[in-house]
Amino acid sequence: MSILTEFPKMGRTDLRDFKKAIDESFRDFTRNYGEAIENFFDPLLYFLIWLEKLFLNSPWPIVMASIALLVYFGSKSIKLTIGALFAFLLIGYLDMWEDTMATLAIISVATIVCISVGIPIGILMARSNRTQTVVTPILDIMQTIPSFVYLIPVVMLLGIGKVPGLLAVCIYAIPPIVRLTNLGIRLVDKDVMEASEAFGASYKQKLLDVQIPLALPNIFAGVNQTIMMALSMVVIASMIGVKGLGVPVLRAISNQYLALGVMNGLAIVVLAILFDRVSQSFGKRLQAHRESGHNV
Amino acid sequence: MSDIKVSINSLYKIFGSDAASMVGLVKEGMSKSDLLEQHGHVLGLDNVNIDVRKQQIQVIMGLSGSGKSTLIRHINRLIEPTSGSIIVDDDDILSMSPAELRDFRRSKASMVFQKFGLLPHRKVIDNVAYGLSIQGINKEEALARSNKWIESVGLTGFENHYPSQLSGGMQQRVGLARALATDADILLMDEAFSALDPLIRSDMQDVLLSLQEQLHKTIIFITHDLDEALKLGDDIAILRDGAVIQSGTAEKIILHPADDYVTDFIKDINKARVLKVSSVMSKDAAIKGPEIQDNVIIEDALQTVSQSGSNGAIIVKNGKKVGTVSLTDMIMAIARSTKNTDSDTVYR
Repeated sequence: MSILTEFPKMGRTDLRDFKKAIDESFRDFTRNYGEAIENFFDPLLYFLIWLEKLFLNSPWPIVMASIALLVYFGSKSIKLTIGALFAFLLIGYLDMWEDTMATLAIISVATIVCISVGIPIGILMARSNRTQTVVTPILDIMQTIPSFVYLIPVVMLLGIGKVPGLLAVCIYAIPPIVRLTNLGIRLVDKDVMEASEAFGASYKQKLLDVQIPLALPNIFAGVNQTIMMALSMVVIASMIGVKGLGVPVLRAISNQYLALGVMNGLAIVVLAILFDRVSQSFGKRLQAHRESGHNV
Repeated sequence: MSDIKVSINSLYKIFGSDAASMVGLVKEGMSKSDLLEQHGHVLGLDNVNIDVRKQQIQVIMGLSGSGKSTLIRHINRLIEPTSGSIIVDDDDILSMSPAELRDFRRSKASMVFQKFGLLPHRKVIDNVAYGLSIQGINKEEALARSNKWIESVGLTGFENHYPSQLSGGMQQRVGLARALATDADILLMDEAFSALDPLIRSDMQDVLLSLQEQLHKTIIFITHDLDEALKLGDDIAILRDGAVIQSGTAEKIILHPADDYVTDFIKDINKARVLKVSSVMSKDAAIKGPEIQDNVIIEDALQTVSQSGSNGAIIVKNGKKVGTVSLTDMIMAIARSTKNTDSDTVYR
């Protein structure tokens, strides 16, 4: 009874043909549309290059001052600002300035892309249960599939470079902002929504005056998570040609350079902590009404 | 019929997946429990007919689960009925398009909620202006008009507070001001004062009554509290299991309760404060005493009579003598009906 001991499977040739057919059709797709898709992403590429050059070509004291200003206006905390300055001085002193600037550029662009695509998707998901049932499994795939798997089609389609790297980062980093926007809107107090409805608010008025403002804490948690996940993709993105702190880490892995790996790894951590603290306290300050008194 | 503002006609609401086909069964007389047991549908409203008079306070009363909150949400169509009609000023609410309905909610009927429903991220002034901002009125005018209403509900000085910084009673004042600010003729109040403690509640009832004296809105007020119903209601409708079991003035309900349920309901209230002397009037010429207006409540009449030391009073209406009332009749009328069998003669 070989049927019990051996799993019934597709014939070897059939399976090979099956895989080949998929590969070939994707290759055809790449050949036909690759250039168009590449052109589509060109504006993003130019923006990324522009930002990177801006960070790298400006004199470092000016960059430092702008970072300090951003941190201060984001967090309104002197302590955090001084900490940030000190961390960046150390990074520069340890010769990681250029890589850090490149990473900062790609993380900034990835975050902007994720927010501007993710929040609208989250809003659509919150609006209809059907959209939610369709989008949720896609988000599950994006978060759990090993990054290397989607690097294959991305590289086939767009080659090696900044844009495919950016795409890989975004695919991994976008789910939290989508999920938390959706969740935040769905968790808005039903009584407040009913009141808004009873006063004759249109969908747009409900969305802008009630749902988004009240969902902001969750949306901000989403932005925060998105930034963290984007940073954690830096090393993988460097495998397909993205400059930044990931490159020396990769070099350290293949050559067993302990110090190089640890230093650049810690620089990524520093960026992560800074982004996290600044975005969190900025989000908190937008919620002035939660600070005093008892919540309704 | 012109003094009817809102007319609710044979309204049915059934909750469930196939509500439309259940209406027939309910119309044939199937009860709420049978419907739930045999078909898995919940009967929300059962043939509700209420005519709300213009510029009056119509109270809809019932215990929890009686369908009163469901009913009030039909009037601005926050809930869609299964069958029936609701006519406001000759317009059928149920045939309105979404845009017409939004317009109706913006300018003709505003609502006050049990849980306030204030926007927690907006200051008091912006909450009051909320209805106006939805109407598209420019910010300056909206704030000016809101300020006026904040003053009239006694919240001056709290304009820039957030709702969470206010007590429950003050939050509901914001809710009331927000509803009044849109200048809608109809005010829907869904257990508006039920979440407040008794003293504040009585306070808010007085605020509402004194505002109503100037504004003359058509108010539909939902409550489970009989004292509140008697204090506020020009007309009262009592709801049980989604059906109106009695409607009329407070006096009519107390003197002629429709069934045991209503009798049970009213047994603990202070009748002296609701019944007027005219309800126990007789033609007994032997009674002598001070003259009292026919619309004086028994509580006040008793005081006048006992101070004068007579055995009753003479009732006058528009300056003319219309009858008399004896001290005994007044005392009998306010006695608790359950303990005193004699008092049945007064009620039936």
